[in-house]
Amino acid sequence: MAILENKKVIVIGDRDGIPGPAIAECVKTAGGEVVFASTECFV
Amino acid sequence: MDLENQKRVKEFADEYGPENLVVVLGAAEGEAAGLAAETVTAGDPTFAGPLTGVQLGLQVYHVCEPEMKEEFDEAVYDEQISMMEMVLDVDDIISEMTAIREQYCKF
Amino acid sequence: MNSVIKGASYILVHTPDMVLYNGTTQTTERIVNPESEYLKEVPEKLRSYEEAVSYWPNQTYIGNVHPEELAEVEFPWYDKKMEGADRYGKFGEIMPEEEFLLLVQASDMFEVVRLEKGFVAAHKEALAKDPVITEEILERVHEGVELSEIEQFVNEEHAEGLYFDGKLVGCVKAAHDIDQNLSAHVMHENLMSKASSVLALLYAVRNAGIKKEDVEYVIDCAEEACGDMNQRGGGNFAKAAAEVAGLVNATGSDARGFCAAPTHAVIEAAALVKSGAYKTVVVTSGGCTAKLGMNGKDHVKKGLPILEDCLGGFAVVITENDGVSPEIDLDMLGRHTVGTGSAPQAVIGSLVADPLDRAGMKIPDIDKYSPEMQNPDITKPAGAGDVPLANYKMIGALAVKRGELDRKELADFTKKHGLTGWAPTQGHIPSGVPYIGVAREDILEGKIKNAMIIGKGSLFLGRMTNLFDGVSFVIHGNTADQEKKESGVSEEEVKGLIAKAMKEFAAALLAE
Repeated sequence: MAILENKKVIVIGDRDGIPGPAIAECVKTAGGEVVFASTECFV
Repeated sequence: MDLENQKRVKEFADEYGPENLVVVLGAAEGEAAGLAAETVTAGDPTFAGPLTGVQLGLQVYHVCEPEMKEEFDEAVYDEQISMMEMVLDVDDIISEMTAIREQYCKF
Repeated sequence: MNSVIKGASYILVHTPDMVLYNGTTQTTERIVNPESEYLKEVPEKLRSYEEAVSYWPNQTYIGNVHPEELAEVEFPWYDKKMEGADRYGKFGEIMPEEEFLLLVQASDMFEVVRLEKGFVAAHKEALAKDPVITEEILERVHEGVELSEIEQFVNEEHAEGLYFDGKLVGCVKAAHDIDQNLSAHVMHENLMSKASSVLALLYAVRNAGIKKEDVEYVIDCAEEACGDMNQRGGGNFAKAAAEVAGLVNATGSDARGFCAAPTHAVIEAAALVKSGAYKTVVVTSGGCTAKLGMNGKDHVKKGLPILEDCLGGFAVVITENDGVSPEIDLDMLGRHTVGTGSAPQAVIGSLVADPLDRAGMKIPDIDKYSPEMQNPDITKPAGAGDVPLANYKMIGALAVKRGELDRKELADFTKKHGLTGWAPTQGHIPSGVPYIGVAREDILEGKIKNAMIIGKGSLFLGRMTNLFDGVSFVIHGNTADQEKKESGVSEEEVKGLIAKAMKEFAAALLAE
């Protein structure tokens, strides 16, 4: 069963890993609805 | 996890129901990914944010995990993320994430 | 002709008391969890001044240790002590907190800083011994007030306390009763940034071998904002710090852009000089109290001392081409644009590959890259990884994708074209610029031929845009001689050409 399809998705990206908007682009292609995307910064 | 982000996660869980939510992370390290995953499943381990003591048990994945990659459009993943597989320690991230999901994920 | 890097300065200020009282991790904890174990542990986990001085990355920052030498020191570094470490280095110094508080008071033009009499008397002489601290600055240090007066400001008027060794020794008062932008908290933050910028400016002028009067323009690239309720980010830190540093012929302005700001500012400065608008421009920045102890919880949890206990500052002097110093090549600028997107490969592509493409160069043609030079001793225990190394892997991975590097050479690429991080996690301070001073020397000595400085900034933290940002530039050896040869025809050549033409003319006349 698909994990993301028809789900509300919260994206927590990382400035030094993968930023939120890049993840959101991918999630959309899997049928997930991105309700919130943010990018954290530890430095 | 950032306190504001914790607040938003909590609000969305209330609004949509925790079973309808999936959290996707982009952390740079296995440990950081594990901590964020723990925060949205078992509660904030640093006891600082709104998720302290809140066991949402949400489904949570790192964007580089095979379960996620499988669902994404390949071309989009290649353009947006793929290069980072050469940079991140994906095996470490997978093992941290799997451990947290097995222990705390409710869905 | 391109403008040149005439000199650079790098300074640290050891401020352990501000970790506890002003670092946001600690001040947040005090609000949400006032009785926490962590807050109780902080004072025990702070390093002494001597420990901060003998810390290898700090000695690297002020110029006593080459980054390559640091890379040879066994990791982690927090438990290693550098023998023979010195307060002073060729780029700057590590100023102790007590002397810095006096410099802060001297940098305050509105009498919001009050220091206790005995404290001033005990430390003024030490500050006077600092080689860059001038008579004019010392004259601005007031005699001080009674402790009771300070206690009253702190207890009854919301002044921010200034502490040394855990004891109250002074305060920063609010500059306005109602305006939050002039609150004691904001004034404190801004004055610490300003005073550390002053110190950086003083060293930069000394290191570049120029006169203070030569400086025509100063650009401040810190992350603070100064102003009042009608113009919250009005500015101008640059001119304010230049005043205290005695740069009488300078005006200036502030450039902002999160951690990318220093690189933006250096490009702007280089362009101002190359255009002829100004002959000498200094880019400067002081440190950030909010980030002190930012990752302290992780450090304490893992049994480390709190390593984020220093404010950082730097300044770079950019002048007209002197025929010797390394140049900032304005033909090779990288920029992350609105349309670039946030995919890591797109970001690195815009900052690294695009400018090289325009110059017909390949990624391995740049000897050293300086992206974000955060000290991994600080970031690794906090789960943020080795930030410079991650950047080098990204640059290397892009080179592999472009067919400019074999995948097997990736590990070697990060060593050969990379550096080990040494800069304190003060936001803008570690971003690209820490290497400029070292690169200048290494290029002059012929150790490397060029370097790329990359600044990246998390604009989304300001909640105005989701965009990321970044710019880059390349420094290389001086080309003034070469340029002269290529562009101009020498006097002898001209004489030769005239003689040849005369002969031909004469021959033509004779032939008729």
